[in-house]
Amino acid sequence: MSTPQEPGKKTAARKTSATAKTTAARKTTSAAAKTTARKTTTAARTTTSRATTPARKTAAKATPAKAATRTRTTRASAGDLPSEAAVTASTSGAAAAATTGAGAGAGAATTAAGQGGTGTAVREQDYILEVRDLQKYFPVTRGIIIRSKVGDVKAVDGLNFSLRKGETLGLVGESGCGKSTTGRLLVRLLEPTGGTVRFEGRDITHLSASQLRPYRRDIQMIFQDPYSSLNPRHTIGTIVGAPFRIQGIATDKGIKRSVQELLELVGLSPEHYNRYPHEFSGGQRQRIGIARALALRPKLIICDEPVSALDVSIQAQVINLLQDVQSELDLTYVFIAHDLSVVRHISNRVAVMYLGKIVELADNVDLYEHPLHPYTHALLSAVPVPDPEREKTRERILLTGDVPSPLNPPPACRFHTRCWKAQEICKTVEPPLLEIAPRHEVACHFPEERVLV
Amino acid sequence: MTDIHERPALSPTAFLDVRDLRIHFSTDDGLVRAVDGLSFSVERGKSLAIVGESGSGKSVTSLGILGLYNKRNARVSGEIYLDGQELVNASPDAVRALRGQKMAMIFQDPLSSLHPYYTIGWQIEEAYRVHNHVSKAEARTRAIELLKRVGIPQPDKRVDDYPHQFSGGMRQRAMIAMSLSCNPELLIADEPTTALDVTVQAQILDLMKDLQEEYNSAIILITHDLGVVAEVADDVVVMYAGRAMEYGTAGDIFYEPEHPYTWGLLASVTRLDRERSERLQPIPGNPPSLINVPPGCPFHRRCRYEALNGGKQRVERPALEESSPGHYVACHLPVEERRRIFRDEVATLL
Repeated sequence: MSTPQEPGKKTAARKTSATAKTTAARKTTSAAAKTTARKTTTAARTTTSRATTPARKTAAKATPAKAATRTRTTRASAGDLPSEAAVTASTSGAAAAATTGAGAGAGAATTAAGQGGTGTAVREQDYILEVRDLQKYFPVTRGIIIRSKVGDVKAVDGLNFSLRKGETLGLVGESGCGKSTTGRLLVRLLEPTGGTVRFEGRDITHLSASQLRPYRRDIQMIFQDPYSSLNPRHTIGTIVGAPFRIQGIATDKGIKRSVQELLELVGLSPEHYNRYPHEFSGGQRQRIGIARALALRPKLIICDEPVSALDVSIQAQVINLLQDVQSELDLTYVFIAHDLSVVRHISNRVAVMYLGKIVELADNVDLYEHPLHPYTHALLSAVPVPDPEREKTRERILLTGDVPSPLNPPPACRFHTRCWKAQEICKTVEPPLLEIAPRHEVACHFPEERVLV
Repeated sequence: MTDIHERPALSPTAFLDVRDLRIHFSTDDGLVRAVDGLSFSVERGKSLAIVGESGSGKSVTSLGILGLYNKRNARVSGEIYLDGQELVNASPDAVRALRGQKMAMIFQDPLSSLHPYYTIGWQIEEAYRVHNHVSKAEARTRAIELLKRVGIPQPDKRVDDYPHQFSGGMRQRAMIAMSLSCNPELLIADEPTTALDVTVQAQILDLMKDLQEEYNSAIILITHDLGVVAEVADDVVVMYAGRAMEYGTAGDIFYEPEHPYTWGLLASVTRLDRERSERLQPIPGNPPSLINVPPGCPFHRRCRYEALNGGKQRVERPALEESSPGHYVACHLPVEERRRIFRDEVATLL
């Protein structure tokens, strides 16, 4: 059912030529239809992306300009996949294949893949998001007319992580550690200073606003403050319908019906369509923000402290909602939060950040039950648990002082100024992020397991 | 079973005794019943935590105790005894003399409660000089001493800094220094660590515990974080819609809670010591508006066990009654029934 050679799909692909396919894709609409289309697509994609990636790479090398202008197609229609393969094939020189039809194009691409080798392709289809050496420096300037740069705030300084489809990565750390900046870099609300962000194998690090537009459907964001992230002058219908209008997507039943379906999906009533944000409570507003993020059926959602502003009982409702829509719509989350208990509840994998760097990255259970980095130890021991008896006996590591300024971070290991284990080597040699146990990476010269929760 | 309002007027050991406190505000939309019949007491050297969601009247309670309300639109009734002295009907001047001296407050957001135009030192000195006839130099010495006590490095230099030159944790330390300037016997901390990171939160809570031991002061901690409550509190009041739903020792509240709202709070909180496993059990719906509190039990519309009361909960407000010594619960469910539900249905979720 999933291979591009499957006859039904072939016909679909043939009907949609390279130019017409976007329109066709946009016409596919209703929530249910989309989800089903998506499911088949996902399956189809795994095979195609493996097949096409090397070809795409060659294309990018041969004609960079052409490859760059090639906009990504929507996934709404299953038919666009083979035809996309056709486009790729044509740029890599198999023009004949493309003209004869998408199905044949896919075949050509497979051949190309066979020639190109599959080693990297397998790896790429595993990960929806790959981040390599990601950096963001904010310049600090002095003077008004003649502005001279006096330094950089190294908000994010060399992040490496990958994220599998359907996973949730928790990003934790204290304020000022760069976790929100990372979120904004991943959505490309900010342009990275260095490094690469690859989404589904494609480099989106330096795409222009118009080149990014198709990716906006796939990567969405949920913001922290539900009071400032919704325009008070717009109705809920306008806010949640905005993604459809901006992306020029027509839906079968009209935007209004689609928006009402989204409102139902997030637990609001369709009658809320004409209301204004001030008529809602904090938890309901956050649901509106979630509905807006879900409108275009994204694949990856960056959640920047989505529950921090909410009361505990409402927090639990929103966390459950996020988990429900994740399994229902097959979403991947990057969950940014300072609350380690919330992150423990929702994440598969957790990255602990300190001053713009990841100090520890591990699977949920490993990080919370077998933490290795002293900073992780300090963080975990500082979180109080709602159990008075255990609180009395729990070990508490008190860090002294505050987080150093990211304008002038300590050399080598950035945590050495507050670390009780620091030795001479910590002040001179920066510890690399090493995988010292399976899927457990830590950046410390003296990692040591400690039980703290 | 005795209603909480019927206990002796002044428990002999209580330093602060609040009895049937009501604070109502008249607004254009109607009467806001921010606090509606609240009673509790705190002893010296003990900490009481007031827990509840936003809009449950926690902060208004603390401002009410300090007398920080506008007499023109706030209607306050009930009794507050601070060390035997009644505050609700006392003259504003009398309350003013106590505020800062005998009772002090630490506010939630240190950035907005410190004046950006004056130095930290000046602001601490002001509080001290209002209540003590001392020279500027003496006040300054006192300010430096306090900053040192709360753990600010180089206090003699930092005393001349402005609030923006302090980090969040240091500002909160400065706030604590200010509230301690006259050695108050009652300290009210309104969400003192909510704006802070966990590592700094641990430092501040540690500091508060040390200072409490040193001065033997009574602390009222207002928070929504059950973890902080577990760490600091001796007694806990669970507030909902301006009323106490449950009041008891920390052990009562965490290990033998009897009110469905307390169960809901405990079940909806994400815990560091629990694996990523089953779903959270949130309380359905939203907290009520304080203008339009449901009649009868304010919690009945969100209560999972509402049906067990046979309609009583919709018309009759449950009294806060003692279910075991020192443990008060405001619920229509019979005591045995509550304990059974907790044991059989709720305890497994926590």
